[in-house]
Amino acid sequence: MRLIRPMLFGLAALLTAFAAAAVQPDEMLKDPAQESRARALSAEIRCLVCQNQSIDDSDASLARDLRLLVRDQISQGRSDGEIRDFLVERYGAFVLLDPPFRGSTLVLWLGPAIVLLAGAAGLAIYFRSRRRSAADAVALSDDERARLERLLDDRDRRA
Amino acid sequence: MIAELGHFALILALCVAVAQAILPLAGASRRDAGWMAAGSSAAVVQLLLIAAAFAALTHAFVTSDFSVKLVAENSHSLKPLIYKISGVWGNHEGSMLLWVLILALFGALIALFGGNLPPTLRARVLSVQAMIGAGFLAFILATSNPFARLFPPPADGNDLNPLLQDPGLAFHPPVLYAGYVGFSIAFSFAVAALIEGRVDAAWARWVRPWTLLAWSFLTAGIALGSWWAYYELGWGGFWYWDPVENASFMPWLVGTALLHSAVVVERRDALKSWTILLAILTFSLSLIGTFLVRSGVLTSVHAFATDPGRGVFILALLVIAIGGSLALYAWRAPQLKGGGLFAPLSREGALLLNNLILATAAATVFIGTLYPLVLEAAGGGKVSVGPPYYNATFVPLMAPLVAAMAVGPMLAWKRGDLSGALGRLKFAAATALAALAAASALTWGRPVLGAIAMGAAAWIAVGVFAELAGRIRLGDLPLGQSLARARGMPRSAWGMTLAHLGLAGIIAGAAGAALWSEEKIIAMRPGQTVDLAGYSLLFEGAESRNGPNYTSVHGVFAVSRNRTPVTKLEPEKRRYVVGGQETTEAAIRTTAAGDLYAVIGDAQKDGGYVVRIYYKPLVAWIWAGAAVMVLGGLMSLSDRRLRIGAPARRERDLAPDAAPAE
Repeated sequence: MRLIRPMLFGLAALLTAFAAAAVQPDEMLKDPAQESRARALSAEIRCLVCQNQSIDDSDASLARDLRLLVRDQISQGRSDGEIRDFLVERYGAFVLLDPPFRGSTLVLWLGPAIVLLAGAAGLAIYFRSRRRSAADAVALSDDERARLERLLDDRDRRA
Repeated sequence: MIAELGHFALILALCVAVAQAILPLAGASRRDAGWMAAGSSAAVVQLLLIAAAFAALTHAFVTSDFSVKLVAENSHSLKPLIYKISGVWGNHEGSMLLWVLILALFGALIALFGGNLPPTLRARVLSVQAMIGAGFLAFILATSNPFARLFPPPADGNDLNPLLQDPGLAFHPPVLYAGYVGFSIAFSFAVAALIEGRVDAAWARWVRPWTLLAWSFLTAGIALGSWWAYYELGWGGFWYWDPVENASFMPWLVGTALLHSAVVVERRDALKSWTILLAILTFSLSLIGTFLVRSGVLTSVHAFATDPGRGVFILALLVIAIGGSLALYAWRAPQLKGGGLFAPLSREGALLLNNLILATAAATVFIGTLYPLVLEAAGGGKVSVGPPYYNATFVPLMAPLVAAMAVGPMLAWKRGDLSGALGRLKFAAATALAALAAASALTWGRPVLGAIAMGAAAWIAVGVFAELAGRIRLGDLPLGQSLARARGMPRSAWGMTLAHLGLAGIIAGAAGAALWSEEKIIAMRPGQTVDLAGYSLLFEGAESRNGPNYTSVHGVFAVSRNRTPVTKLEPEKRRYVVGGQETTEAAIRTTAAGDLYAVIGDAQKDGGYVVRIYYKPLVAWIWAGAAVMVLGGLMSLSDRRLRIGAPARRERDLAPDAAPAE
């Protein structure tokens, strides 16, 4: 359903799914603890044929297949990590909405921290250089001081 | 005929824009008053021409002229009038026309209300504005002509997507665009200032109202889109970190930073070069957003590579505008002399911290949005960046921002007294801890982040009031005098108070709705009851109904609380006859404590229906907070110091002890 926003902005061809069906009661596991694990896990699994939806909120038939697959694996006693690995093996890392941390996603995960540190370093340099130039600005030479006094005198006389 | 006139007006507008780009700029460097003045008339003429083209397209939609291809593809003769009109911008070509219309509108406003600007600055601003306009008019005429004809014309149109036939969405694009495109003014001012080689407090005072105006619109536009998604998409989500949302959120983040740094330029004559850069970046991100949603690159990198027409054109505009302005910045910015000095612990320092965090947040969203595209284009494979990424990066970044937000306004300019400020925030800190404790106790076992967010919201809100109390010296002076001071407070100070208060509401609402929401997804038969969050919902039944252009399943739930009837919720599921699309019409009961949200789904074989009931605590606070934020922006805009067209010298009218404002 959230596909509608791109559509609004002119990507009409993309629209495939419409109704907000998503998880159906008949798919759910009997054990509430297992079911809530399934819900949490499927919120982080991408519906591969949709633009930007998790299988938990897509009503595409592939999403339903994946939801059933996830639940099947959970009832077989697999851990969340095992199920994720299984899906990645089958569909590639694209299936995870939470991108794994590895070589190709280094910039993605470390980028924000690098920007923040670079910005903070920039700020530190800024304050240091400002302080130095402030110190420079305070120290007038004797020559300048004399000139300043002359100017001020001038102004006082005129006023 | 009228469509052709519209097309012709658009071509003329391009010619006028080209003239407006060249004449005033040349005039400003030759000090030729006549050439400079030509910029103002050209800006008004350009607006009139684009408005004429827009009116012609609107006419085609309203009269259902299906010989115009765009109308045939996006409208239907039986559609209500309001959606015929909103259909004008509910498609690529029309929305680009709206884009240039708003751009020209802002240009004309500068021409009409910029009488107090120095003539050379005004001429250069108008010239830069026209350069952007010329680029996008050429884009429309070359790749996206909205007036293209269709022969033979079809008997009726393809209709607008029913999900878009909603009042909330009819007005979302114009408001959003007014914000998005409105930042062009800050950009034009920044580039003009770089050409002039001069940035001073007066410059900042001229830029701020325009930035505030654009920011207020963008805030309202984003909030409107989020609200629509919440009630229309049928599962109560309000923000998805979708690339299209991010495209509007990035300029908002940097634009917010710009608002804050422009204060420092205005009050203290410092941070000029940085403010210029922010102004350039804000609009650059608007342009990048336009590229992202207009080029089709989000759909598929491969589709973009094989059919690049529009995308490459916008990309070229992007490179020229962003590259050109940044090159100019690199060349001229070092000549801008820094003004007032300040210690790291000062109002200026706090505003810089705000800038650092907001800029990092924008960079985070930028990386998350573009990384998958870049990686795939570079052959590095496909990767998805979804909400978990932003929860792990963006959300923690907000913590220092929130912490500093209450402290910053209490620090003095130049050199602040941190322990004094913290002393005045003792009560806010105590309230925040109390809120945290209360929220944890109430939601034991739920994500602790929710309780932390409530503490943060309380910290900001009480901090805002502490700052206000200090400003009007509440308790220090007799109440009457305090109230008099409150009345005399500059409106921009009230603006800050409201905008910060609004953010507290948004934080509380977003955290409550995202982390504490409860749901029941079950199959129900008439007569059955479901309990959720203290409410009891009796499913009375469902029936088929016929709407004007859809059929629907209409369910009725009697809601009660402690056996007392509260309300009836009547959700619908509609199937539109022409296109076969289905939409959900959620039934929502809104209270300050939370929304009860009911959706009815498909009929089951056994006569039951799939029913989804959600309880979203505090969710309405998101939009109430956004509304208060926008109100703050408008309040600040009405400050006489900033009022568009108000002479700058009026500042002297203010009481000398009027507190500094942002």
